[in-house]
Amino acid sequence: MIIELGHFALILALVVAMLQAGLALTGAARNDAGLMASGRIAAMAQFALVALAFATLVHAYYVSDFSVANVAENSSSAKPLLYKLTSVWGNHEGSMMLWVLILTLYGAAIAWFGDAMPPRLCARVLGVKALIAVGFLLFILLTSNPFLRLSPAPEQGMGLNPILQDPALASHPPLLYLGYVGNSVAFAFAVAALIEGRVDAAWARWVRPWALASWCCLTLGIAAGSWWAYYTLGWGGWWFWDPVENASLMPWLAGTALLHSAIVVERRDTLKSWTILLAILTFSLSLVGTFLVRSGVLTSVHAFALDPRRGVFILVLLLIAIGGSLALYAWRAPALEAGGIFAPISREGALLLNNLILATCCATVFIGTLYPLFLDAVGGPKLSVGYPFFDRTFVPLMIPLLIAVGIGPLLAWKRGDLLGALQRLWAAFAAVIAAILIALYLSGGGPVLSILGIGLAAWMGTAALAELADRLRLFRAPWSEVWRRGVNQPRASYGMTLAHFGLAATVAGIAASGFAQQSIAMLHLGEALPVAGYTLRFDGIGKHEGVNYTADRAEFTLLDRGRVIAHLAPERRFFPLQQETVSKTSIHTNFLADFYLALGDPDGKGGWAVRAYWKPLVPLIWIGGVLMALGGAISLSDRRWRVGVAARRAARAGLSASRGRA
Amino acid sequence: MSWRRALYLLPLIGFIAVAVYLARGLAPGYDPQALPSALIDKPAPTFNLAGLNGEARLSNGDFADEVVFVNFFASWCAPCREESPILMDLSRRNVIRLYGIDYKDKPEDAVRFLQQYGDPYRRVGVDETGRIGIDFGVYGVPETYAIDRTGRIRWRHVGPLTPQVVQNEILPLLKKLGAS
Repeated sequence: MIIELGHFALILALVVAMLQAGLALTGAARNDAGLMASGRIAAMAQFALVALAFATLVHAYYVSDFSVANVAENSSSAKPLLYKLTSVWGNHEGSMMLWVLILTLYGAAIAWFGDAMPPRLCARVLGVKALIAVGFLLFILLTSNPFLRLSPAPEQGMGLNPILQDPALASHPPLLYLGYVGNSVAFAFAVAALIEGRVDAAWARWVRPWALASWCCLTLGIAAGSWWAYYTLGWGGWWFWDPVENASLMPWLAGTALLHSAIVVERRDTLKSWTILLAILTFSLSLVGTFLVRSGVLTSVHAFALDPRRGVFILVLLLIAIGGSLALYAWRAPALEAGGIFAPISREGALLLNNLILATCCATVFIGTLYPLFLDAVGGPKLSVGYPFFDRTFVPLMIPLLIAVGIGPLLAWKRGDLLGALQRLWAAFAAVIAAILIALYLSGGGPVLSILGIGLAAWMGTAALAELADRLRLFRAPWSEVWRRGVNQPRASYGMTLAHFGLAATVAGIAASGFAQQSIAMLHLGEALPVAGYTLRFDGIGKHEGVNYTADRAEFTLLDRGRVIAHLAPERRFFPLQQETVSKTSIHTNFLADFYLALGDPDGKGGWAVRAYWKPLVPLIWIGGVLMALGGAISLSDRRWRVGVAARRAARAGLSASRGRA
Repeated sequence: MSWRRALYLLPLIGFIAVAVYLARGLAPGYDPQALPSALIDKPAPTFNLAGLNGEARLSNGDFADEVVFVNFFASWCAPCREESPILMDLSRRNVIRLYGIDYKDKPEDAVRFLQQYGDPYRRVGVDETGRIGIDFGVYGVPETYAIDRTGRIRWRHVGPLTPQVVQNEILPLLKKLGAS
């Protein structure tokens, strides 16, 4: 009965979403406070209904109710509880439910914080969000319904893909979706602004916290996904330019551009129509990503079960949402122009450069991902696009951007002094030279790109700190003055410093991948393997029983000149239900370098294939990702965004607007 | 309409162009897995590639008078990992004579890849630049070709092999080509 209740709640949510769209948009058009207020109540009701529906699905997984087709196909009773619950989104239908749950969560949050916003803007945003919800609720109910029953119910479920039974992968989809779907908020704000025909600094101040929050989640989601790939796939790679990975990278690049251009709108009241376009494109790329993953147009290791009907449905959704908003843009945006002018060398100029490069990177990834489709259509030569394409296009594009990251924050608004900024970065120049020399010395002349990458990372990291020191007048003013400046500094500026520093860390980790050392050997019990100056000793091998798998577990000791550093126990897990073997790597990290160990096949004569890697600085890739997200979170806590401040400013703006009219 | 207004139409026009391609991708006849090859029933391109890991070179001459399968793979290719168990099974049961071509890949990465996922190939040629891939018309890795006793390409599959493909295509093909 419970699952039918969930089904019913989801249908009700669809009805409420339709009402919400109608009430809020009509209310805004007629400036009817009652209708607009009911739109806000509807947004909260819609979230409550979807949450109820989602909860019934979680319950079905919790009790392993195999009479529900979705549960039978994707879960089994012999499985740890955590993975029973994460199975909910480990399949197409359930992950679409999560998508809509998060969509309505954002809607409810806007309604909740709506007091601070002008009521008409809030109503329009909620109206647009409700339209998106209508599309996706219809998609679930018509093509991907998780609430269908199975008769007769099977004794046992088919289980979750073993490769998905992992803590990082359990948290990866919710984080990714919080980011993906969060982009719908900025999209709704953009469409609302186009309907209203007005974009100003206040608009940017309302939209930026939402864009920032979803960007943080997307950053963490991508980092979790790549970390998972790193320790699961068993040979130390962490990014494969797979279509599904690209689908999350594209909105991240566009969202990063949006964050930066929204600053210009807020501070200088310019770049308005470009910012609106970015907001539309960021969410559009999230939608296209969903289409690519769900439709099976491109083959990918991540793709879920395919159904052409779903592809057609999502394509129609894309046409309405993206086509509609871009048509609105073509019609209304020309009226938005004007605003402050600025010299090419200025903070605005630097942010614009950031935007242009990020947009180009994003376009490159887009073309690379869809290349097979394009080429096939023109009947051209059939070539594949793998990492060779991305390495040759994406990397050279990123280099000028990474250099500019160091300089941009030191330029003044309107008209900057490039020479002055460079002079203030003497410490960063020194750091680059030192870093390159150290990298050359330690690696004994490693790959050129890696050495350069380390230099770039040193540049960005030191420049971020130098910029902060400059703002605090560190070493130039008395300590009391520095302290006062430090306390009065807005949190957003600390957020920026931390995020840029995090980017430097990530770049260092990526660059240092080229310094990794490896040893691969067939080892017998008691034998030792030298790896990057350490010794790895094979101590034992045994069988190990998990809840739903059996494993060969090997015991290794890592020694540094006779001193024990760590015990490592890589496994090969066999899942009988799915007849699949999954490698469980063992990693010893000190956060500056990873020692990475994977167990391969036995040779049947007592030997085991062993792959061991020493990977210096690689943990920085994910530490940097976490720092970037943390920087975003600190920026989000800036008092400028807080409800009270925004409300007071809104009241003041409203006052001056009405005075202007009179 | 002034040129400035026209500029704002560009995003919409760009999107419509993309949407047309996406729609093509969904058209009933379109199957990303089944691409026609211009080379079907034509002689396989001649090649002579360095062997992986110091093995002997791989060339057309090695296929003389046998029905062979040539599988293009790469260590950076995620779907290749997916099809690996199927290739391993086919070669373990000696169903097909399988040769590999390591496509646009660093040989040392490929060695690692095969060590981890198993090496189903009789021998592997290294096509580091992708040159031979162009000659074959490789669309994306993994891709598998069947070459008959006279050296002609008779079958092609784009994307990872699945048990269905083995059952419905490879086994009937072997019967037809009369492989022993």
